[in-house]
Amino acid sequence: MRFVDEYRDADKAQALATQIAALCEPGRQYKFMEVCGGHTHTIYKHGIEDYLPESVSLVHGPGCPVCVIPMGRVDDAIAIANEPGVIMTAFGDMMRVPGGSGSFLDAKAAGADIRMVYSPLDALKIARTNPDRKVVFMAIGFETTSPSTAMTVLRAAAEGIRNFSVFCNHVTILPAIKAILDSPDLRLDGFLGPGHVSTVIGCRPYEFIARDYGKPLVCAGFEPLDLLQSVHLLLKQLADGRCEVENQYTRVVPWDGNLRALEAIGQVMQLRPYFEWRGLGFISHSALRMRDEYAAYDAERLFDVPGVRVADPKACQCGEVLKGVLKPWECKVFGTACTPETPIGTCMVSSEGACAAYYNFGRFTRQRLAEATRV
Amino acid sequence: MTTERTAGWAERAVAEAEATTERTPGILSPEQQVLQRIERARRRAPRIRESRITLAHGAGGKATHSLIEGLFVEAFRNPALEALDDGAVLSVGAGRVAFTTDSYVVSPLFFPGGDIGDLAVNGTVNDLAVSGARPLYLAAGFILEEGFPVADLRRITASMAAAAEHAGVQVVTGDTKVVQRGKADGCYINTAGVGVLERPVSLGAPHVRPGDAVVVSGPIGDHGVTIMLARGELDIAADIVSDTAALHGLVDTLLDAAPGVRLLRDATRGGVATILNEVAQAAQVAVVVDESSVPVRPAVTGACELLGIDPLYVACEGRLVAVVDGTQAEAAVAALRGHPLGDGAAVIGRVAADPPGMVLLHTAFGGTRVVDMLVGDPLPRIC
Repeated sequence: MRFVDEYRDADKAQALATQIAALCEPGRQYKFMEVCGGHTHTIYKHGIEDYLPESVSLVHGPGCPVCVIPMGRVDDAIAIANEPGVIMTAFGDMMRVPGGSGSFLDAKAAGADIRMVYSPLDALKIARTNPDRKVVFMAIGFETTSPSTAMTVLRAAAEGIRNFSVFCNHVTILPAIKAILDSPDLRLDGFLGPGHVSTVIGCRPYEFIARDYGKPLVCAGFEPLDLLQSVHLLLKQLADGRCEVENQYTRVVPWDGNLRALEAIGQVMQLRPYFEWRGLGFISHSALRMRDEYAAYDAERLFDVPGVRVADPKACQCGEVLKGVLKPWECKVFGTACTPETPIGTCMVSSEGACAAYYNFGRFTRQRLAEATRV
Repeated sequence: MTTERTAGWAERAVAEAEATTERTPGILSPEQQVLQRIERARRRAPRIRESRITLAHGAGGKATHSLIEGLFVEAFRNPALEALDDGAVLSVGAGRVAFTTDSYVVSPLFFPGGDIGDLAVNGTVNDLAVSGARPLYLAAGFILEEGFPVADLRRITASMAAAAEHAGVQVVTGDTKVVQRGKADGCYINTAGVGVLERPVSLGAPHVRPGDAVVVSGPIGDHGVTIMLARGELDIAADIVSDTAALHGLVDTLLDAAPGVRLLRDATRGGVATILNEVAQAAQVAVVVDESSVPVRPAVTGACELLGIDPLYVACEGRLVAVVDGTQAEAAVAALRGHPLGDGAAVIGRVAADPPGMVLLHTAFGGTRVVDMLVGDPLPRIC
């Protein structure tokens, strides 16, 4: 398949692997964080670690939209969904995220009208065809998805659709990266930057990471060769003694981002003073809410939202996993109490979650995998 | 306003897992110890934790298994059922018969390449065929919603009749129920079937052993992607039709050419990945799949890439998965390719001894990973 196969070429991967190994200083350990859950998914799905030398380890970061949703917000959304006349709409990944007392899927089985959509525009379509119902879109995600939510609200306003609203849980990536950089228990050698977020915000906002924290960042694409090349670029910077923001994903990411998308976000949404992240706690200026001008489309103002806070289960170590301090399997409940079919932590829910990716794809020591697949 | 809560269900799950988890002292690395613990947890008898049925219980993946093994098998326990094959093989008089049933709730009822009618015939015929039987008779039960157009029902029964004639089976008994408007979605069909085992074959997981080859009879995922696109929710168009077909002729051809067939399945809900996991778990072997050998049509690959779905989990309705004695793999593929329904057949992997119960994928990119059973439901009401 065009535009896919050329980025999954095993011969090119082998050539890159050789170059990567050659760049590694003997005796030195390298730790790079892939910020984005999409990268985590690609790494496990294609077995990219098989091409990296033992001395290079990839640490999974916080950029999984579903993983950072605190349990209380799920409970709040279910409270809205249970109001008379409401149709709650959400991305498929969101359906299984556990709240304090069950997931969307459980609430749906108990009678709430909760529907899976592929895009906020699908939610708007449902509002158009059900004028007597109140259609709420459970908006989640980083800057990758907030423009589409904003554009949908603008379209609803333009069309005069009044039975559509957004339960806004959009978060922003930079405060999360900063929280990780400020965390004392983590030593990183560099970042694989989130490619899709960067299509919107560009590469410029990451410059403080190189300048103030002395960590190189390479904005990386999502195909296997993109990731290997990005690791190569990071190692090259370290070998050359450089510390910069580089753009590997030039075929998609403009250095200055997508101005129209940023404008749409700014028009409809504004920063919240603080927001709770699953496992990371409250982070200042890290999330978006609807502007006053769009209050008519803000589910938080239209409905009586209980504002639930659920303490993370004591044994759950999502926070450490999201910060890259723990490998997924090091969590106390990994694979026993917490599995993809009965997740306790959000990292085990989304296919982009580090725990789910590790459980589903990587749940094996490399050595045993190699033995089993030797032909 | 803020409400403080604790997630009681999560604390209970943790306590329960701690109580039932043995720890292995010794020389294993911490990661190996964790992985061992998980393997033990995976082998525990599945049970239902949920207090209500969710769509995941019908998806053919892990939740379906926990429902079947934790509730139905518990209630109806007997040796024929416990084999958990697509159909039961029973001794009747001096001979053996295969007996099976399947219900059809596909939405939409009509889709490119077929409709609920031929699906209901072919699906049950295939459950008999993969038991090694020659399908003979079907029963059909209809659950109809008040207001359902008779013209649609006529169209459905016509295609059932055509499919039955093509498969050489007769619909010999049936039942009709009508429920109030809104209590069902148009038309649901249940079919049951019996067939006779004329060959001395014995198929099933206990026969699978290391060194065997895994064969599929053609490109995978056609049916699932067709249904997904036919719903018109995605605004994607592709030139793809359902693969619904009766497979007993293809099975005959295969068994003639390769008597060393160990196990046959048709890859419906949960796709090839789920079937291979069932085989690996039941036979306590490893199945190693070579991604670049798995036949997938470009349109299916494209749709799956766009939607973030793995074709290995997408349903087929006319594809055979066979585990064959490794020395007969080439003969099996050659025979399948000689049949119109098997011209895309390929060896996609092999059976190994270790690690037992696991499906591993050698990715086209050159890496390796685990392929687990489907969790959650990417697409309800596929068949």
